[in-house]
Amino acid sequence: MSKLKPRPPFRVVGSAPKRADALEKVTGRAQFSDDFYIPRMLHGKTLRSPHAHAIIKSIDVTRALSLPGVHAVITGADFPEPSVKRLRLGEAGYVDVQDMADNCIAKSKVFYDGHVIAAVAAENPHIAEEGVDLIDIEYEILTPVMDVKSAMADGAPVIHEDFTPGAFRAKTEKVLPNAGGLLLETGNITTAFSDCDIIVEREYTTETVHQGYIESHITTVQWDMNGHINIWTSSQGHFQIRDQVAVILNVPMNKITVTPLEIGGGFGGKVSTYLDPLAAMLSKKTGRAVKMAMSRNEALRATGPSSGTWSKVKIGAKSDGRIIAADLECAYEAGAFPGGPIGPGIMTATSRYKIPNLRLKGFDVIVNKPKIMPYRAPGGVQSNFPVESLVDELAEKLGRDPMELRVQNAMQSGDRLIMGLPCPEFDGKALLSKIKSHPHYKAPLEKENQGRGMAYAFYPHIGMQSDAKLTVNADGTVQVCTGSCDLSGTRTSLAMQAAEILGINLQNISCSIGATDAIGYTFMACGSRTTYSTGIAVITAAKKILSEMSGRAALIWDTGSDNIEFNEGEFSCRDNPKKSFTFKELASRLDETGGSLSASATVSPNDIGVQVAGHLVDVEVDIETGKLEILRYTAFQDAGKAVHPELVRGQMQGAAVQGIGWALNEEYFYNEKGQLANATLLDYRMPTSLDVPFIDTVILETPNPSHPFGVRGVGEVSIVPPVAAIANAIYNAVGVRLTSLPMKPGKILAEIKKLKEH
Amino acid sequence: MYKIDSKVRVSAKVNSEHVQFLCESRQSLLEVLRDTLQLTGTKEGCNDGNCGACSVLVNGELINSCCMFAVEAEECEIETVEGLALHGKLHPLQVAFIEENALQCGMCTPGILMSSKALLERKPNPTETDIREWLAGNLCRCTGYDRIVVAVMNASEKLQGSRRE
Repeated sequence: MSKLKPRPPFRVVGSAPKRADALEKVTGRAQFSDDFYIPRMLHGKTLRSPHAHAIIKSIDVTRALSLPGVHAVITGADFPEPSVKRLRLGEAGYVDVQDMADNCIAKSKVFYDGHVIAAVAAENPHIAEEGVDLIDIEYEILTPVMDVKSAMADGAPVIHEDFTPGAFRAKTEKVLPNAGGLLLETGNITTAFSDCDIIVEREYTTETVHQGYIESHITTVQWDMNGHINIWTSSQGHFQIRDQVAVILNVPMNKITVTPLEIGGGFGGKVSTYLDPLAAMLSKKTGRAVKMAMSRNEALRATGPSSGTWSKVKIGAKSDGRIIAADLECAYEAGAFPGGPIGPGIMTATSRYKIPNLRLKGFDVIVNKPKIMPYRAPGGVQSNFPVESLVDELAEKLGRDPMELRVQNAMQSGDRLIMGLPCPEFDGKALLSKIKSHPHYKAPLEKENQGRGMAYAFYPHIGMQSDAKLTVNADGTVQVCTGSCDLSGTRTSLAMQAAEILGINLQNISCSIGATDAIGYTFMACGSRTTYSTGIAVITAAKKILSEMSGRAALIWDTGSDNIEFNEGEFSCRDNPKKSFTFKELASRLDETGGSLSASATVSPNDIGVQVAGHLVDVEVDIETGKLEILRYTAFQDAGKAVHPELVRGQMQGAAVQGIGWALNEEYFYNEKGQLANATLLDYRMPTSLDVPFIDTVILETPNPSHPFGVRGVGEVSIVPPVAAIANAIYNAVGVRLTSLPMKPGKILAEIKKLKEH
Repeated sequence: MYKIDSKVRVSAKVNSEHVQFLCESRQSLLEVLRDTLQLTGTKEGCNDGNCGACSVLVNGELINSCCMFAVEAEECEIETVEGLALHGKLHPLQVAFIEENALQCGMCTPGILMSSKALLERKPNPTETDIREWLAGNLCRCTGYDRIVVAVMNASEKLQGSRRE
């Protein structure tokens, strides 16, 4: 396996400069999607189905159109056949374009509460809403199918007569009228289980949860006189928004420009288009720009949450602690259309352990809920919760320290992953040892009903295509432009990588995000890939700049470029050390040596890297009420080389708190008609500042050989361990094993009561 | 049939400047701040009073501007994030938020800054618990609140220090 060459100490990478975008954000000047205005723009609003499953019998828009101030109404009938059948969409793999189009606006059938049926453009949002209320629709209501078990049951209502199974990284086959399936196997579990000395087995459920970004989905679209569509919106990937809109509207991709605006949170949920095709069609009809914004109610009812699941897991070990067999069956909600996260979900279920005999069976189950979208480490939480809970249980039965058992069975670099590939370089054992030696691990718990839990997670980060362009100005400053949206500071972490190579100060580098017509195709900001992949693009372009500049120095000194050396920000002549230029000096002479300089790089790292994290949590359970308090929390994660350690820490803390919300509070609650009953941020209960303590962080830096600086993706994995860590802590505190999420007070209390009765 | 000419004239003070605007009685203060006065620093996160992104001060009281009608702002003094920095000098809270990386996407930041300002005006030296309780009405989905709480503590120290000088 390749090793990093020894390199001089970093000058910029590893420091924690102020974020470039922070000043605009604390003064309210940063331009988010809703802060964009065009003169005379109209406002669009949508009519959404109140039914989870129904046939649209008729739509009458006459009354809406006659309302003064309403300019246009569109329905599914206004949309063309999509131009292609399948499109690659980020971590979601290839998606069915007709499904994507139907998810934006229903044609003949609605598949979930909140499914768009029509949209109105009017002078202002209030009139548009009034217009929506004047659209008359007749439905034939069908029975909704609201959970994976009933959707998989014999005789369940069939949601789609025919469907293309989702392909979330791995191929899925249609296996049931409402479900696709994926099976991964290695070894022989039947013989292995018969050889086991101890077997643990349980069923688990998790609920549908939302990414919960504070900025809703908002877009402004102008379909101009030349037939060019301009879109100003925030998303995780403006190129992918362009591609989706192009195929849905059957318009050439070069006829669409998407300009990215500041994004107010994504977490995987802003990879899909929802409103853009509707606003485009309304703009085409009215000849005016149209802004559309989803209310919070609409965002919760109709944009991609993460799957609720049902799973059954069995793990077997020898008495010496070797885990030799695991059998996992996990049914993930796909939502109204196929393509939930079963691939990465089941692949990462056990991948941090070396288990020779495995069967991982995933189901992608269509239900009458919004189409599932990626949410930070898609699928990972749902499969980690059962496995990490059972590993804890196994340790107890074996009389072993749960951490030692994990170390004993830990997957290491080069071990075979279930797909047959060798595991990329990482150091799980080092991470686990770090946790074990941390003061938190040994600190005494002070009171009764307090407990400590730990969980360990492994999740890949992806490569994919990125484009970067660097321009050197005459004053020695440099512009970096990339195609990656900045979710949480990547403009800074990318500029830092450029500064490291170019040997100049960070203050002399600005970093921007290019629109789709200004920079090369770049894959979306997902899969923890931006600092890694786009970083490689920036580094590659920066190296081109240095090589070009060396050539210019050679020209000035009348020598060969191989005679030019670049060291610590200075170009010098090898055979005449008196001749030297700083970066700035040479930049001022570009004009006279052939013109100013820019360099681009398109890279597409195919490597998948490994992110690992382990979280340690102390809880106290009030046995009278079941209320749980988190007393102490420490998150450990391997970041590879941490480009900006403070931003890495922010990723770990934010992910941990999202995981805590998933564990304790968050769930979609549907009524018997299949309508979302908690579509507000009061009732969809995300963690507040009062619910969590400080999240301590420990960053490990095992270099990633596929990045020049050893960088790993860091954004996702820390959402995975909190759920199981808290479940294990609850057991440690009060002796009950929670197997369903969220672990709210009522559930904890019921388990405590059951325990007392026995 | 809806009539467009039913607008009301409102006089108020926004960030120490006198303003007059016309609004419909159904428009929220948030809508008028953003769309009419073009003060887009105040954000809409939920439009139903649950997330705190639209927090502003009205006569010194912290409110969700999405839950107040603009017509109610008659004669009121309103403070928004745009008024935090005075004469180009950042407020200590803004400095602390930058220094502590107390923001990621930045969407909840203006509301949290205004909410924190209201806290420090009432309680110049808050404990961690005071801060967490006060900010419980401002949702942040990116940071896990850790750096936000630290930033407010640091700003409080700086403000105390500058008062002593």
